[in-house]
Amino acid sequence: MSTTEPLDRGSEALAEPWDDLEAAPLGADRPRVATAIVPKSSIAGSSLIAVIAIMTFLSGLTAGAVSMVVSAAGDWRSDVGQEVTIQVRPANGRDLDADARQAADIARAAAGIADVRVYTKQESARLVEPWLGSGLALDELPIPRMIVVRLRSGAAPDFAALRQALAAQVPSATLDDHRRWIDRMRAMAGAAVATGIGILLLVLAVTVLSVTFATRGTMATNRPIVEVLHYVGATDAFVASQFQRHFLILGFKGGLIGGGAAIVLFGIIQAMNAWVAGTPGADEAEALFGSFSLGAVGYLAILAEIVLMALVTALASRLTVNRTLERVD
Amino acid sequence: MIVFENVGLRYGLGTEVLRDLTFRIDGHSFQFLTGPSGAGKTSLLRLLFLSLRPTRGLITMFNEDTATLSKDGRATLRRRIGIVFQDFRLLDHMTTYENVALPLRVLGRDEATYRAEVVELLRWVGLGERIDAFPPILSGGEKQRAAIARAVIARPQLLLADEPTGNVDPVLGQRLLRLFIELNKSGTSVVIATHDIALMDEYDARRLVLHEGRLHVYD
Repeated sequence: MSTTEPLDRGSEALAEPWDDLEAAPLGADRPRVATAIVPKSSIAGSSLIAVIAIMTFLSGLTAGAVSMVVSAAGDWRSDVGQEVTIQVRPANGRDLDADARQAADIARAAAGIADVRVYTKQESARLVEPWLGSGLALDELPIPRMIVVRLRSGAAPDFAALRQALAAQVPSATLDDHRRWIDRMRAMAGAAVATGIGILLLVLAVTVLSVTFATRGTMATNRPIVEVLHYVGATDAFVASQFQRHFLILGFKGGLIGGGAAIVLFGIIQAMNAWVAGTPGADEAEALFGSFSLGAVGYLAILAEIVLMALVTALASRLTVNRTLERVD
Repeated sequence: MIVFENVGLRYGLGTEVLRDLTFRIDGHSFQFLTGPSGAGKTSLLRLLFLSLRPTRGLITMFNEDTATLSKDGRATLRRRIGIVFQDFRLLDHMTTYENVALPLRVLGRDEATYRAEVVELLRWVGLGERIDAFPPILSGGEKQRAAIARAVIARPQLLLADEPTGNVDPVLGQRLLRLFIELNKSGTSVVIATHDIALMDEYDARRLVLHEGRLHVYD
């Protein structure tokens, strides 16, 4: 006898115990929509959706902010990495203008250089004006001369050779390739990414804990259903799947609400940024923080977080259900 | 089909509620399990249904030593056993049809493949008009019949019923007994736990009598 073979009581010998009560059922042959075995109403869904939405929103903001910082740092590094500066200091017995010209000639002769520009006395004065004030008699002050050397795109000039040539021919000149500044920018971008990952991990931990508590509550509420499922021969995997389905949907709903809100917020900030573009404040902010636009990577990161939240929710609920079922026989 | 050898059961550190049970349940057999309240009928049913493990002795079901079964193995074995609880254990948020079809749904069968089967069984137990009704609005007798239908829909080889006539009037009790006899005729072994002597007198069958934790078999 198989447990799955169709019911066959077709023997003539079998009486109908309720034949006198028999009546044709209404719509007996129509398909029936299967009711969820674990009722949706038994799960504290709206509270959990709210928690997941808030967590996704926070992680979305973090991902967006990190993405903007990394992008801005990349822009700064790229800008700064495109040029080097030569500083020619005044020295006793030397002609500062001649030294500047000679240093510029040495730079022009080096490979991979696109353009060399010597700052004039007036331009040099403007550079120190914020600190020393205007109207200075520049001849009385030992103000160094700056030479801006723009590099050819993609070129990798031999800075060691250039530095050596300058030291030999213009001892008062020093070459600054901005390496320290670039290293500092790289470290700052790395710190921003690490902070973002840390916040994301914390958010995930809070989500897992919230889902675990919610699942335990749901399991306790639905214990009679779990028992009946066991009595009719359901495996733990089947029981767990009934709960996991609900939590996966809750995770997606919460993730979509929170992630969607983060995307909308970034969209509004971007629109406002475009609206105030050109004003002095906006220009300064853009110079400092880069553009307030969230690139494709930022939007993709937020979308990935929505999926991540749903999966984490489903996984946390499944683990909790499995652990609970191990104690139920 | 089912063999108990020197089976004992105790809860925690208490005294044994079941002692030295040695008996067998054959295929196609019909038996009443009886004894005074507190004699251990429900505990024995739970052992038969694999929801309790014995503290000693050996239980072999369908040629499998139950002590060595994994949890999934026990679930698979339970599909060959149907159980009717005294308190029905129907799921209130599902219709009568869905409650009865639950074991088939658990087996992963598509609704279209078992629809006619479930409807036919519901008609057979006299619930043809109550297909879409929810358990809270069913009478005690209707709930009992729905619980029986759920227990037999997957064609179990063994049907266990715990006080199936405990909550119904004598006429309905006789009808339910008739139902169990018909199921037994169709090949299912039946064990009915009851202390209703009038019910047992209705049908000449083997009696398993529990008294002070020990089992006496009257063939």
